[in-house]
Amino acid sequence: MPTATLRRTPLYECHREAGGKLVPFAGWEMPVQYAGVIEEHRAVRQAAGLFDVSHMGQISVRGPGAERFLDRLTPNHVAKLAPGRAHYSGLLTDNGTYVDDLLVYKLGEEEFLLVVNASNQERDFEWVKRHAAGDAEVKDVSDRYALLALQGPQAVAILAPLTDVDLSTLKYYGFASGTVDGHRAIVSRTGYTGEDGFELYVDPEAAALLWKRLLETGAALGIQPAGLGARDTLRLEAGMALYGHELDETTTPLEAGLNWVVKLDKGEFVGSGALAAQQREGVPRKLVGFEVTGRGIAREGHTVQHDGSRVGQVTSGTWSPTLEKALGMAYVPTGLAAAGTEVEIDVRGRTVPAKLAGIPFYRRNR
Amino acid sequence: MYPSEYLYSREHEWVKVDEDVCTIGITHFAQEELGEVVFVELPEVGHAYDAMDEIGTIESVKAVAELYTPVAGEIVEINSAAVDDPAIVNDDPQGEGWLVKIRFSTDSDLKHLMNAEAYEKYVQEGAG
Repeated sequence: MPTATLRRTPLYECHREAGGKLVPFAGWEMPVQYAGVIEEHRAVRQAAGLFDVSHMGQISVRGPGAERFLDRLTPNHVAKLAPGRAHYSGLLTDNGTYVDDLLVYKLGEEEFLLVVNASNQERDFEWVKRHAAGDAEVKDVSDRYALLALQGPQAVAILAPLTDVDLSTLKYYGFASGTVDGHRAIVSRTGYTGEDGFELYVDPEAAALLWKRLLETGAALGIQPAGLGARDTLRLEAGMALYGHELDETTTPLEAGLNWVVKLDKGEFVGSGALAAQQREGVPRKLVGFEVTGRGIAREGHTVQHDGSRVGQVTSGTWSPTLEKALGMAYVPTGLAAAGTEVEIDVRGRTVPAKLAGIPFYRRNR
Repeated sequence: MYPSEYLYSREHEWVKVDEDVCTIGITHFAQEELGEVVFVELPEVGHAYDAMDEIGTIESVKAVAELYTPVAGEIVEINSAAVDDPAIVNDDPQGEGWLVKIRFSTDSDLKHLMNAEAYEKYVQEGAG
């Protein structure tokens, strides 16, 4: 049976050259691993990893009404962003549940860039455009950017010699326009691994050259190309949510523990009524971490039980290369959501004991 | 790469027959596909199974691979070294990384298995 053609990023050949194992992901052909998930994960924690995340979507929102529009559309406070700053936010339904999570970049007083999950690119664009209804100019600009993520304790040492951006003044969630190895770039101090690092927005034509230059420059410091497999284990250890797992159209930011994203006192936004009510009444369930204490690896979809009854479901689960144990996240009733609560997880028919834990599981040394 | 004295299944397991006992493990191809093995679940000694029953799992960070018994029989030994240190399944999948020994009563099930040459070809032709 013929499959739909998968899209390829500008780094496709680079992945093949690096021995990447390419798999379908959100309609793209992406590297799940190169040397191996565990090796790449450890490289990011100890040195640096280089990820191709060019498949992610970008939406431009411009005009004199752009800021106000975005403040009425999203839960975080856009008016408080200074140019050169970004924040983590969401697109929510009227019920306060997630259409997607995303980053909002303030490029200028009337110019914003939304960076969204690859799997939701088209839907998010339609969503934003429909809600804008003329208040702002909304364009899908995903084709304008390739995106490389350089993450790990050596990220600064590797990037600094190649860029005219002063990394020492670039704070977390800050970004600056400049060049990297002579190519124009937005250098953003953001990431999805729990390590220090940068996401580099570049022209698609420059991506492969930059990829190679970063691997060359960082070789002596231990840089490795890293795939989607390691990206998932890293973000899970760092307690970061993934759309389609911890976040979806049945979950609110309050249930997901993302209360800090929701600025109810800024005025109305899509979903604010529902979230205000939920805040008053209390959330019925909460996202928690867990560590498996028995033998087995709990994975997405496995049922969580307490005192013999089903209380929730694993949203993400894996074996953690840094902590060397099976862990994950799940939604459980608020009353059970305390660290230390003992539960059981049904791992393919076998009941395995686990203990609830706080998120994140891992924090980098600062 | 694939010892000629072993037999091989389409599920990428090798079988070494010693009279009425089979030793079973996963092949070099299987461990490479899986990646670094982090968890091994093996059956209990004494349990009886039918041919092609699932008797355990070998897990990497991203994948769960079922272990099947190619023959009907009773588990007589399991490799606890593989349980304690799953890395040996990657390091020596066809030797020290063996997984279970099963005593079988009829060798008719063995007829479904491939010899080394056929398995090598199976792998090269983009097997499952």
